[in-house]
Amino acid sequence: MTLAADILINAARQKPLPADLRQLENEAIGILREAAAEFSRPVLMYSVGKDSSVLLHLALKAFHPAKPPFPVLHIDTTWKFREMIAFRDATAKRVGIDLIVHTNQEGLARGINPIASGSALHTQVMKTEALKQALDQHGFDAAFGGARRDEEKSRAKERIFSIRGAGHMWNPRAQRPELWHLFNTRLRPGETMRVFPLSNWTELDVWRYIEHEGIEVVPLYFARERPVVQRGGTWIMVDDDRLPLEPGETPEIRRVRFRTLGCYPLSGAMESGAATIADIIAELRGAGVSERQGRLIDSDGEASMERKKREGYF
Amino acid sequence: MPDGAPIAPSPQGLLRFLTCGSVDDGKSTLIGRLLHESAAIHTDQMETLRRDSQRFGTTGEEIDFSLLLDGLEDERQQRITIDVAYRFFSTPRRSFIVADTPGHEQYTRNMATGASTADLAVLLVDARKGVLVQTRRHALIASLLGIRQIVLAVNKLDLVDFDRATFERIAHDFAAFAGPLGFAAVTAIPISARFGDNVTASSPRLPWYSGPTLLGHLESVELGDAAAAPFRFPVQWVNRPNLDFRGFAGTVAAGSIAVGDPLLAMGSDRSTRVKEIVTFDGNLDRAGPGDAVTLTVADEIDVSRGDLLVDPAARAEYADQFAAHLIWFQDEHLVPGRSYWLKLGAKTVLASVTTLKHRIDINTGGHDAARTLELNEIGFCNLSTNAPIAFDPYAKSHETGAFILIDRYTNETAGAGMIAFALHRASNIEWQALTIGPGERARQKGQQSAILWFTGLSGAGKSTIANRLDRKLHELGRHTMLLDGDNVRHGLNRDLGFTDTDRVENIRRAAEVARLMGEAGLIVITAFISPFRADRRMAREIASPHAFLEVFVDTPLEECQRRDPKGLYARAVAGAIPNFTGIDSPYEAPEDAELRLETVGADADALADRIIDELRQRHIIG
Ligand SMILES: Nc1nc2c(ncn2[C@@H]2O[C@H](COP(=O)(O)OP(=O)(O)O)[C@@H](O)[C@H]2O)c(=O)[nH]1
Repeated sequence: MTLAADILINAARQKPLPADLRQLENEAIGILREAAAEFSRPVLMYSVGKDSSVLLHLALKAFHPAKPPFPVLHIDTTWKFREMIAFRDATAKRVGIDLIVHTNQEGLARGINPIASGSALHTQVMKTEALKQALDQHGFDAAFGGARRDEEKSRAKERIFSIRGAGHMWNPRAQRPELWHLFNTRLRPGETMRVFPLSNWTELDVWRYIEHEGIEVVPLYFARERPVVQRGGTWIMVDDDRLPLEPGETPEIRRVRFRTLGCYPLSGAMESGAATIADIIAELRGAGVSERQGRLIDSDGEASMERKKREGYF
Repeated sequence: MPDGAPIAPSPQGLLRFLTCGSVDDGKSTLIGRLLHESAAIHTDQMETLRRDSQRFGTTGEEIDFSLLLDGLEDERQQRITIDVAYRFFSTPRRSFIVADTPGHEQYTRNMATGASTADLAVLLVDARKGVLVQTRRHALIASLLGIRQIVLAVNKLDLVDFDRATFERIAHDFAAFAGPLGFAAVTAIPISARFGDNVTASSPRLPWYSGPTLLGHLESVELGDAAAAPFRFPVQWVNRPNLDFRGFAGTVAAGSIAVGDPLLAMGSDRSTRVKEIVTFDGNLDRAGPGDAVTLTVADEIDVSRGDLLVDPAARAEYADQFAAHLIWFQDEHLVPGRSYWLKLGAKTVLASVTTLKHRIDINTGGHDAARTLELNEIGFCNLSTNAPIAFDPYAKSHETGAFILIDRYTNETAGAGMIAFALHRASNIEWQALTIGPGERARQKGQQSAILWFTGLSGAGKSTIANRLDRKLHELGRHTMLLDGDNVRHGLNRDLGFTDTDRVENIRRAAEVARLMGEAGLIVITAFISPFRADRRMAREIASPHAFLEVFVDTPLEECQRRDPKGLYARAVAGAIPNFTGIDSPYEAPEDAELRLETVGADADALADRIIDELRQRHIIG
């Protein structure tokens, strides 16, 4: 679909955006424009998930009728769901944006993978290290991410413009106060910025916005029958034949969906009947489990997310 | 907010509010409860919370909601919040963003940060303690930051037996204090955060109270109509995808605009009309406050990022001097005279504080005389920028009246300011047009004007080398002038001491004199310790457009101390000279001096000759 076709669809939409979502949208567009104006080489981190889809959509809006003045970067660990990769490539083509895919080749050569190496090492090498490599190789001085403050306790204090020192280290004490909509974007050599336009959105806001705007997301978010095995109290999808089955384990077909997407052996699915966005919103409103519950990397310890961030994890 | 409620249409949009209170007033408990009761807390988080309550809680067997909020690891260990945290919840009527700011004494900066984007402040007081110094401080900061709506949440009413008289006395005390602060509304609400009385549902234990619950008030409070203000649009990005389209992207800071409305670009004073209001979802007829849009205009006018488009019938201020409230954020104190980056809207310029009029005592609101501002202090001062900028008084428009100051060396956000009014004195003093053009006087002397700025420790050899150089150039028939720090301090600068502020002024005056002498066509040699990078940078800026060569006379401190020609080091070490560079005041060595002269084992004449070579290479002398 071309941009023009997108606009037609949007124009055909009946319901105006609710006031709170419009305010969040305006704020995010302002942030995207500010960063594009202030940094010499920004990039949009695209994880293929729902937040990234919203971020990309907002970037198209912010610079319309021009294209976003930055490329999109995907860190491919080679263990993403196949549907994610297909969706990523189709999206890049449809939107006509410059997509950079980076894999940590060194890690691949060392045989790092989520099964044998464990989630912590895999994430460190194939995500954190890979991201740093890509940012350094291309000389990006700012990277947009779709992270939100409501995701987790230690994120509640994260800045919208979050400065990273040499080696991409995050130092909680070096973060700058953010007043009004005035962002201090100055960097010294070696420093980079992470920019989070969705900081003030909640998971529910993201889904409501996706619904209102008709944004496409990976079908894995919707309940379907999928081959899964039960592990550690959650369902793991058997996405290809690389997932070794334990003795006595046979994949069964369950109606499941994912709340967050990552490497398939590390992403827990939940049993759910939510097959549409409206269903998902209803499910979220009925309270339930926080989205990070399905992310196995967080269960390593209480404040593990914060420690990962200090090491340079996004 | 029953579970499974229909999708929130949020008819009222977003309300951003700030919570503040002293430690242990129950702020965390209150926010935790609001999140819980609006179902913003998920079952797995509740599970963790139940476990944590047993382990670290202060509420016995019950759930300790305050544990939901602590964020960063080290804070959790200290059990105090030391930064602004943002929380989110929504009800079918409204969505809320809560800026949770700590009540700790030294954290004015956090509260100001949270307040800058808040529509309303909830000030918490403990019913047993009543209005405290901190409460006054919070109210004062809220008022300075322009918050119009205040809620006084009188908490822990369970501990005073839900006594009406106690509540009314506290409400009355606060009203008396807050009267002059100019709030649009102050609403006092009795609650018990821990037991939930009157937080989201009215309580049978407060039969005498007939007002709204805290949440009920937050859901229904009306905010002022920002669309009525004059139109303000800071241009953030010029959108030029091809030759046929040129649009100005930005967010409407105040007022509203419709297609066909007249527009004026502040500064250039060019006016035009709005042709289109472009968005991804199609063109609009009209845009209001907060809308992120792209404007195209009827005429070709030169507009770039940082410019302000306004309603021609209600122009903004345009000046290079103004008075403002300034809150200081940096560990290093404010140095009047030093230049900082100033960011206002999408515009960044250089600025310095020219006069600090007074410091505000945030406990009493009183004014104190002060020479500087320390971390977390608030002052009222005059600032001057290196170019005129467009702005409004903060009271009229927050988005176009607020600025931040950025340290030019560390890049830290050094302070935040709110403009009170423009100072138009500068426009009364017209620059005298010089009939002899720039460079003519120097050409007559067969040279180019230049400033050789020597810097180095006391005893490094600045004066010795500068004198040799002066003499040699003189003998070569060049026109020079030597400004020596010690000598200048006997005359021009005899009113100045050695505090940081005085040092800046010392350098500023020297640089201005050097600049004038440069205009006379001279090669000016200055010899000042000038220990701070920021000040040397200031000198360089003042001295432009003349060639400026920073000459670093690089002698190790031990060697200077050994030489000690005037016996100053010995006295400083003995404590007789405070603020002595190298002893108890730092020397920031230049990183990019045009010339670096190592004096140990070198001959002063040879070093002077090196400078002369450099001047030849730069064609300053033939
Ligand atoms: N009795 C009673 N105790 C309360 C109330 N609100 C908070 N507390 C207790 O006061 C203490 C401090 O509360 P906390 O929320 O951590 O205060 P903060 O420092 O303002 O965040 C905790 O032990 C709470 O359980 C209340 O309404 N009534």
